[in-house]
Amino acid sequence: MATLNSIKNMYGICSHVIRQTTGLRAAKLIQQRAFRVNGALRQQPFDSSEEKPQFPGASAEFIDHLEFIQPNVISGIPVYRVMDRAGKIINPSEDPQLSKEQVLNFYQKMTLLNTMDRILYESQRQGRISFYMTNYGEEGTHIGSAAALDPRDLVFGQYREAGVLMYRGFPLDLFMAQCYANVDDLGKGRQMPVHYGSKDLNFVTISSPLATQIPQAAGAAYAAKRENTNRAVICYFGEGAASEGDAHAGFNFSATLECPLIFFCRNNGYAISTPTNEQYRGDGIGKTGSTLFCLGSRSVCVRCEPRILCRAVAENQPFLIEAMTQATRIGHHSTSDDSSAYRSVDEVNYWDKQDHPISRLRHYMTARSWWSEEDERSWRKQSRKMVMEAFEKAEKRHKPHPDLMFSDVYEEMTPNLVKQKEAMWRHVQQYKEHYPLDAYAK
Amino acid sequence: MAAAARFLLRGAVSKAPIANVNVGAQSSFGITLLRLSPNCSSKTKTQRRNAAHFTYHPDPVPTEYGPTTKMNLFQSVTSALDNTLASDPTAVIFGEDVAFGGVFRCTVGLRDKYGKDRVFNTPLCEQGIVGFGIGAAVAGATAIAEIQFADYIYPAFDQIVNEAAKYRYRSGNLFDCGNLTIRAPWGCVGHGSLYHSQSPEAFFAHCPGIKVVIPRGPVQCKGLLLSCIADQNPCIFFEPKILYRAAVEQVPTEAYTIPLSQAEVIQEGSDVTLVAWGTQIHVLTEVANMAQEKLGVSCELIDLQTILPWDTETVCKSVAKTGRLLISHEAPITGGFAAEISSTVQEECFLNLEAPIARVCGYDTPFPHIFEPFYIPDKWKCFDAIKKLIIY
Repeated sequence: MATLNSIKNMYGICSHVIRQTTGLRAAKLIQQRAFRVNGALRQQPFDSSEEKPQFPGASAEFIDHLEFIQPNVISGIPVYRVMDRAGKIINPSEDPQLSKEQVLNFYQKMTLLNTMDRILYESQRQGRISFYMTNYGEEGTHIGSAAALDPRDLVFGQYREAGVLMYRGFPLDLFMAQCYANVDDLGKGRQMPVHYGSKDLNFVTISSPLATQIPQAAGAAYAAKRENTNRAVICYFGEGAASEGDAHAGFNFSATLECPLIFFCRNNGYAISTPTNEQYRGDGIGKTGSTLFCLGSRSVCVRCEPRILCRAVAENQPFLIEAMTQATRIGHHSTSDDSSAYRSVDEVNYWDKQDHPISRLRHYMTARSWWSEEDERSWRKQSRKMVMEAFEKAEKRHKPHPDLMFSDVYEEMTPNLVKQKEAMWRHVQQYKEHYPLDAYAK
Repeated sequence: MAAAARFLLRGAVSKAPIANVNVGAQSSFGITLLRLSPNCSSKTKTQRRNAAHFTYHPDPVPTEYGPTTKMNLFQSVTSALDNTLASDPTAVIFGEDVAFGGVFRCTVGLRDKYGKDRVFNTPLCEQGIVGFGIGAAVAGATAIAEIQFADYIYPAFDQIVNEAAKYRYRSGNLFDCGNLTIRAPWGCVGHGSLYHSQSPEAFFAHCPGIKVVIPRGPVQCKGLLLSCIADQNPCIFFEPKILYRAAVEQVPTEAYTIPLSQAEVIQEGSDVTLVAWGTQIHVLTEVANMAQEKLGVSCELIDLQTILPWDTETVCKSVAKTGRLLISHEAPITGGFAAEISSTVQEECFLNLEAPIARVCGYDTPFPHIFEPFYIPDKWKCFDAIKKLIIY
């Protein structure tokens, strides 16, 4: 990411910045959002009588001695958190006062995601699906941030946000369908596993290239603003993706064009094998003095997120949340990765055992007698059964009809593609014993 | 950047101590064992992802470059890079995840051997990687940049096309970035789908000032890569990822070069000229055998190797002899590089042609996941095209 001062100068607006970490707290759902058009900061009119820098965007004073601003001297952005490692609320006034029902829902969604992850990861190892990416350690971030959103808010993700979809109600059958690329896949079997999408749930289909969703989210937020329906946009990405040029573009556009948007950076310490000290300098991707209000939140979102969303929509400003998720990605990057090649198993085990969002939320619930050992046992059994049933069903389904290879390239099928499709079928009919037609829908 | 890193091409057997890493998550929620349900078979055709669409045909053991040792494709890359770092003190290798060895293991051991100032990770930013590489080359270093997948090269397109390719020309030869080589994994891999299967050579073929090179196996790979590194023009070197482990040959341990812009006639023939590059050479090798056995047709197989600038002479000479040409590539047919070859050949060899030039390529769609078996220009499509060429 660009240096903090150049961002500060470029974006032109300085704001108070805090970073936060939370425990496993999901925020209150937003009841209502005030929406008003905010007169954004305009350029100051030119006034040569003033003894101040008179160039566009300036808000500083002259000084007469050379002074270096040392990035390392400025202390890091504080990290906000609500709950400690043992699941206790640290500051009672920050307790989001969630109901037992809400918290149980969060816990069940998080653990269901975890179960689905473990089963699908194993299924890839057994050669049953081609690829998978787990969400270990980030379950809280997904569920918490999703809980703070309105169902109409548009979600742009990267690829490690399955919990957001799960929270919104994407059924296990459809997760499995996408991973198996079977006939029920909403994406019509075209993409690798975990590239989910759902129009009904306002979750834009995932694409593999990183950070491409960031400027797109800014554009979507701008359009949503003009719609005038109090819709916001949230954009997820990892700390690695934040190094892409697209990230800079997206941040800058969202600020200058005043888009009601939350940027949610999942900082899990690694981009495949690359640790954060090789990804950026500083204590996170959020930097002091940038336009975007910087908030890092540890694990689940975000006690403050509904407050942020309200402000994002009301003031048409982008906000950046940097979630310091457990300080390390617990799983491998994907099924194609063996992270023992670049980090210690001990490090991973520490975060997994001592500081996992699922265990913390469980401590919180058991402390209130909302969840017993018996509840845990029976839920484990039930959730595993649900996942296995969806899994076995998905595995038996056919693959989509091969005609779907040719549709949706454009809205209408071009004559060229019609010809290619016909040629393909002529060929496959003639050489049918060499093509796995039985596995595909007729 | 990548959603998927290293592809295990021989199925899903993991070397990772998965149990160790996941034990916490599991223990916090109980170990789950995934057993094969008696009702489902995991051996249906589409689930047998181990079955590749080609058979690898190794080169004969080279005798002119000194002692050889067994290497697969990624090891031949490592060997070339090792030779380079040893002989050229200015050489540096950089990109995402190259420090620990790279997602395809092409740079394993090099950082330990040559130092962290010479083999290093960059932030996740392709435009930065290539821009940085151009600058390093301009300042006199031998810059070897890795883009994690060719599918992710596009953020760097501006730097490659507008900067690297035009550096020498626009400066009146005052400046150049000839010391730059960009490497990227390329081509289909069985399940790569839209963003881990692309063959973007056609985009770059349209750009005078750069060279584009694609090897078919380890011996070619090492020699061609070393030529690219030595070549005083910016080069893009695409490595067929499906061959990283599958392609094994005896490869010379010392440095050697294979000339750029010289297509290789791998197999001589009299009836049909076949032109391809990378993985597709192995598909066409099998097709040539099928054509001989089933049709009595003798095929001349040419590996283009260098896409830009390409060896028009060798191809045209062959077509003048055979009168028939088939070009095959995975990339979509419209605007694919076969179109350029076809156009030039019909200019040069019009009266020699006995039949229209055949192109067997990917369809004009993004590279699909589950439909890959129907999408790729497999041996049956190529064989069928030869049949039509012969009876035209």
